[in-house]
Amino acid sequence: MDLNFTQEYVDFRAEVRGFLEDNKDNAPPRGDRSVRSKKRLAWQKLLLQNGYAARTHPKEYGGFGAAPDALKARIIAEEFARAKMPGGISGQGINMLVPTLLELGTDEQKQKYIKPTLEGDMVWCQGYSEPGAGSDLASLRTSAVVDGDDFVINGQKIWTSTAQFADMMFCLVRTEPDAPKHQGISYILIDMKTPGIEVRPLMTMTGYAEFNEVFFTDVRVPVTSIVGNRGEGWMVANATLTHERGMLGDPDAALSRLRQVADIMQNEQVDGQSLMDNQVYRDRLLQLQGEATAMKMNGMRLTTAASEKKSSGMAGLLVKLQGCELNHQIAELAIDVMGEYGMLLHDSPFSRDKGMWQTAYMFDLGLIIGGGSAQIQKNIIAERGLGMPREPKPAAGSFGAK
Amino acid sequence: MYFGLNEDQTMLQDSVRRFLEGASELEAVRGFAEGEGALAQTLYDGLMELGVPFVLLPEAQGGLGLGVLEAALIQEQLGRHVAPSSFTAAYGMAVIGLREAGDSDWLDRIASGEVVMGVGLTEATGGREGAGLTLADGKVSGRATFVMGAENATHFMLTTGEQLLIVERVASGINETALTMIDKTRHAVTLDLEGAEAAIVGGNNHRDAQAKMIDAGRVLLAADTLGAAEMMVEKAVAYAKEREQFNRPIGSFQAVKHMCAEMAAKLEPCRSLVWYAAYAQDHVPEEAPLMSRHAKAHLAEVGKFIARTATEVHGGMGFTDLLGLHYWFKRIGSNRQLLGGPQAVRDEAAKLQGFGG
Repeated sequence: MDLNFTQEYVDFRAEVRGFLEDNKDNAPPRGDRSVRSKKRLAWQKLLLQNGYAARTHPKEYGGFGAAPDALKARIIAEEFARAKMPGGISGQGINMLVPTLLELGTDEQKQKYIKPTLEGDMVWCQGYSEPGAGSDLASLRTSAVVDGDDFVINGQKIWTSTAQFADMMFCLVRTEPDAPKHQGISYILIDMKTPGIEVRPLMTMTGYAEFNEVFFTDVRVPVTSIVGNRGEGWMVANATLTHERGMLGDPDAALSRLRQVADIMQNEQVDGQSLMDNQVYRDRLLQLQGEATAMKMNGMRLTTAASEKKSSGMAGLLVKLQGCELNHQIAELAIDVMGEYGMLLHDSPFSRDKGMWQTAYMFDLGLIIGGGSAQIQKNIIAERGLGMPREPKPAAGSFGAK
Repeated sequence: MYFGLNEDQTMLQDSVRRFLEGASELEAVRGFAEGEGALAQTLYDGLMELGVPFVLLPEAQGGLGLGVLEAALIQEQLGRHVAPSSFTAAYGMAVIGLREAGDSDWLDRIASGEVVMGVGLTEATGGREGAGLTLADGKVSGRATFVMGAENATHFMLTTGEQLLIVERVASGINETALTMIDKTRHAVTLDLEGAEAAIVGGNNHRDAQAKMIDAGRVLLAADTLGAAEMMVEKAVAYAKEREQFNRPIGSFQAVKHMCAEMAAKLEPCRSLVWYAAYAQDHVPEEAPLMSRHAKAHLAEVGKFIARTATEVHGGMGFTDLLGLHYWFKRIGSNRQLLGGPQAVRDEAAKLQGFGG
């Protein structure tokens, strides 16, 4: 156990801090999610040049080309959070597609797609889930049939965030209908401007359309759009799913939300009494703080495992399950302590934080379900982490068997 | 930056684990619980040979001069094997208190093996039943409750709240009442004192020393729960893989599998929390009191969940005495109560941060 940073890292932190101080005016506001904002794209390019985005991606594809260093990555994240300045763009293109292409793409695909994706000029969406293929993703049915030099795609995707802005989609389709389900899938790249694609916003319980449905009717894309070989799409996609799970459940974010709840409790008064003097609320706050602290220490252990290039085992497998649940409970406490005022939304008179805790409470429930539901996470923890047996396949002729 | 154990720490923990795997088997623990003294002596001798009692003792006393983290790693193994040992009190809390106060005489006597110290500080974390001591003319009177380490203590380290003092167990004026506790791997007593001869611990920063003893004691109890809970999860997983119903291992049913996953997912971050809380006691003083309380309270909650859930995974067998799973269940249960239950400890943690009045 040594929580001190060596001089190299102390210097690096100073460098990052200096950069952020010098560039305060160049950063877009943190809440700016608009994918085409000029300020945001310029910021992204500045971060790329300085190695604060796509730090380890190869130079030839627009990255910074630094050796992987989990401690430096952590320092960058910490300093950006401390300065309350936005980090690099972290869409599915950068987090999921780029690592996949680097590992399995052709030279031409790498040349064509990685640089504009890293620079934020090319926006991607992910076409995996379907109405009939959620947790059982491998049963997906959107078909791609070869016709001349093209795949002809028909079917439907759902839960497609950013589809309305995206230039491109990385998509799983069934190309070998007669093969066993995991072996009949291919991973293809689709230009969203191709005729036959219809994007419909999917309104959720939060009142926002965070997702879309995407419909394909005789959509033609060149056969060269495939990543990996035909029928290997499941394997290609699994390389990126690992990246998605790593994106959720940041313990520093949970601790910072808890500090916000503590502020509410300190400042809000009921009949002249601070909410922090209410033992029940305070005990809930402290329970969550204990859990969040444990998750933070778990995260530090993961950083060390990553910097030593060791597998993180159970400590990594649990992050999505525990982290999403923790965030949900933090939002729940914030709403509870606000009493009736916890119901107010947006610009309502007397609303607190514009009602964002209600939105967070619901959105976090979405995160518990999405990206591999809590139940799927528990299967993974039990089967991969604890070596427990899989659910046996139903016998032929029984309910659900095919 | 490196968050994890170094090679020496791993070796220390492995050597204690290997010894306890052989020595503290369930049958021996059962014997101890039923009143046989054999295991206590075997463990005392074996742990002495491994140098376990010397971990926190300063090098000046011939000790290893190591920290609370090393002590916690040992305690985790003791919990894992539900080993009857007075380590927490005798070689954890007492040594830390004497170290902090700067009393080398008593440390010398502990190092020589002449003195084995029990510790009675529970009044400092919440007095009931008329607990509390007063000192007059070198004589102590009053009541000390839940005195830990009574298995083999020759002396007891007690507090008036202001001053730490030491009494000899056999001194006149001490009336000792053994308590019948749920956890039969430990002994605790209540002491009623009436003008008993007391030695005042050296140095004068007794309040700090006492606070550090409680902080470290709580970390050690958290580590004990970590080890005990870890063993319960392992036992539950092994049982679920082996036990068959409806022609298949019950661990293939998601109802059972998910209980195991929940236990593992809650427990694994606890390991990092215990490591950090223990490390903080020696290296991050500004965070040590808060981290100790978080570790104590959080492990109490996760431990309780695991004690119950692992028992349920074992079905009816978990409820029997045959498997002996209840020794772990009860150890976790008593760790939860000792030196303050989770609600009380969280209340202290809140006040440390200026939350509420």
